[in-house]
Amino acid sequence: MSNLNPISPSSDNSNGFSRFIKKFYWRDYVVYITFVVIFLIFSGSLFKMGFLSPNNLLNILRQTATISVMAVAMTFVLAAAEIDLSVGAVAGLASVTTAIIIGQFGILAGILAGLLTGVLIGLLNGFLITKVGIPSFLVTLGMQGVATGTAMWITKTAPIPIANETYTFIFGSGNVGIIPTLFIWTILALLIGHACLKSTPFGRQVLATGGNETAARYSGINTKKIKYITFVIMSVVSSISGMLYAGRLHSGRFQWGQGDELSVIAAVVLGGTSLFGGKGSVIGTIIGAILIGLINNGLILMGLEASQQMIVRGAIIILAVALTGRKTQS
Amino acid sequence: MTPAIIEMKRITKEFNHIRVLDHINFELLQGEIHALLGENGAGKSTLMKILRGIYQPEEGEILINGKAVTINSPSDSRLNGISMVFQEFSLIPSLTVAQNIFLTRESRSKLGLINDRIDEKKASILLHEMGVDLDPSLPVEQLSTGYRQLTEIVAALSQDAQILILDEPTASLTHTETMTLFGLLRKLKERGISIIYISHRMEEIFQIADRITVLRDGKNIITEQVQNLSIQQVIEHILGHKDVREIKKSTYLVDPTATPLLEVNHLNCNQEVCDVSFKLFAGEVLGLAGLMGSGRTELVQTIFGITPAQSGDIKVKGKKVRINDAKSGMKAKIAFIPEDRRLQGLSTMHSIKENFELPLINLRKLEKHKIFVDDHKIVALANGFVEKLQIKCDSIDKEIRLLSGGNQQKVVIAKWLSTEPDILIMDEPTAGVDIGTKTEILEMARNLANEGKGVVIISSELQELLSISDRIVIIKNGSIVDEMLRTEVKSEDKLHQIIQGAQASV
Repeated sequence: MSNLNPISPSSDNSNGFSRFIKKFYWRDYVVYITFVVIFLIFSGSLFKMGFLSPNNLLNILRQTATISVMAVAMTFVLAAAEIDLSVGAVAGLASVTTAIIIGQFGILAGILAGLLTGVLIGLLNGFLITKVGIPSFLVTLGMQGVATGTAMWITKTAPIPIANETYTFIFGSGNVGIIPTLFIWTILALLIGHACLKSTPFGRQVLATGGNETAARYSGINTKKIKYITFVIMSVVSSISGMLYAGRLHSGRFQWGQGDELSVIAAVVLGGTSLFGGKGSVIGTIIGAILIGLINNGLILMGLEASQQMIVRGAIIILAVALTGRKTQS
Repeated sequence: MTPAIIEMKRITKEFNHIRVLDHINFELLQGEIHALLGENGAGKSTLMKILRGIYQPEEGEILINGKAVTINSPSDSRLNGISMVFQEFSLIPSLTVAQNIFLTRESRSKLGLINDRIDEKKASILLHEMGVDLDPSLPVEQLSTGYRQLTEIVAALSQDAQILILDEPTASLTHTETMTLFGLLRKLKERGISIIYISHRMEEIFQIADRITVLRDGKNIITEQVQNLSIQQVIEHILGHKDVREIKKSTYLVDPTATPLLEVNHLNCNQEVCDVSFKLFAGEVLGLAGLMGSGRTELVQTIFGITPAQSGDIKVKGKKVRINDAKSGMKAKIAFIPEDRRLQGLSTMHSIKENFELPLINLRKLEKHKIFVDDHKIVALANGFVEKLQIKCDSIDKEIRLLSGGNQQKVVIAKWLSTEPDILIMDEPTAGVDIGTKTEILEMARNLANEGKGVVIISSELQELLSISDRIVIIKNGSIVDEMLRTEVKSEDKLHQIIQGAQASV
């Protein structure tokens, strides 16, 4: 109606604004808005508990690093319309292999052993999914058991201590100035992941594969190869995350990373990546991961019991994902 | 005289003030197989949708068994004994034949539990009566397409369907399966069941139908007994007198001694492409004509590498090339515009730019410092093509799903022209695009040929195929059965007859 009325600038303005609101892709920004809102709420209500102290904030970053790093790789997996449920278990197994080999052959061999663990599991996952044709959900669910079981078996479920201080400094316990090395790992994952998804042929091909696999194939993309590579990267990054656990906790143990797959996937979906593929944002993912850490931290400061924390955390994640998911359906 | 089971009188239907059905009369007798014919857009499917309660006519009445009825929904239609057998099958693959036939109407045991054995017995009696040799305890996923269709027909009959609508039922059936289907249809006819049979395949219609009705531009052109008509006459009725129009003769003649741009020798693939050999010369538009399911799409997919050949060879400019996936096809400077743009051509959730860049990125032609994609170059290229092909959009960041069919197709074309192919293969490039865009696409194909490239084009619209091609090869059952210069084709009619196999040559 106001189109017919040229003399009303105010209605034109509100028109423009409502158009802006309509055009604004909520799902892409839900994570940032939620982040700011929750941060402000916690800043106010938990101020006396020291929520805003630099120490607490650095702590949040330290604790979320392992999730953040895996979530960056998971962004690629979900963007390619696949899923990997074995990430937490792979992290646990890699922490164990690294710890054992460091004890016997030193730091370099230990790091290589950890990476090799990831490469092998990634190759196996990729092979079963793309060559044999088993859905990734099932393959990686099975691999979760295989990896955890192997880690328990070779350690007889005991933790393997790591005495090498260079290792623990680089992988998780050290600080460069006031900056924790874990935060540096997060930034590294963010930069490499973002550039890779946004600006390399590989990233574009992952998105195309997830958006419409047939059309991608008709465009000459070897979609199986793209997925294969994605799964190998995912497992290698999970093993790096496992090594970060080992560094932070000065030991390798099968339990490190257990159950992380859920937080990782939640972080990625919160960050605006579609569970159905074709869309992904590494920056959103990192914010999503830190948001989950923020919630955990706030709940602990509030003095909630572990059981109560789980309930609140679950509810917040469902709410945020429901908000992000709305746009996908329409 | 047998009574009419359905009478549709003076049916008129409009969409946006455009009349798609204009006072149509259609009559189906009891125990009759009535073929409904017409080009795409002639009004066949709209008429059937009215019968199935999906659309309501603006004017006209429907009588069933002499009583006026209103059909406001698909369930009304079913209550009146009308059942449609779909091209995309509506069976559940993991359930057995019997479970599918009696879905939601399963027999119960005394305890109220579903008893599969009773249903299997009932199904086996039903199948036996119909003369269909099929084990009702087999899961549907283990059946061939033909038997799935038979199962679907039996399921419809078990719900007391009196009137069956079959839409292109033989499109994906083998010859033997078709014969089994016809056997069943004849049995049904004897039992007084009436069948509306929609098909483009003349031969089959003349085998199975009692009467024929031809629709053109929303009007009933003729309803007549089959024995009073010839294939030629039916084709004339379908096309109208468009074929009288002079076909522009091509002045281009290929030099058969030159090295062909593309040479295909004894190509075989999955029994859908059988020993195919042909040549494409520079500067030429080659038309591939054939019915749906003739193997024409499979042939071009094999050449481009989507489904690699099992034997035979492909030469580009006289050099043998190995094409085992789409990328090797691209490297041989072939571009392929697929039949289904929304499924195969584009990712509709992504933008014009994101779709446009894929082939070039894949060929590693757009890299800066060997690592990153050069977005400045892509944006410039994409904008260039948007302008050249007159793609209507606010920007190249517009999502594909928001574009019209014609503009979407232009994006597919732009995406492939960007690879600078020597050979452009187009499978139904004008399907579902508006008239204006159609002309633009055909002109573009012609211009490419004039620039010295080679174009292979598949189209179901013969007039279009005749207006663009220099030479036409005809495909049937996966093999090339005939080849002719356009100048040798006397009319659209004649070509139609050759494709239908009514005549061996012109």
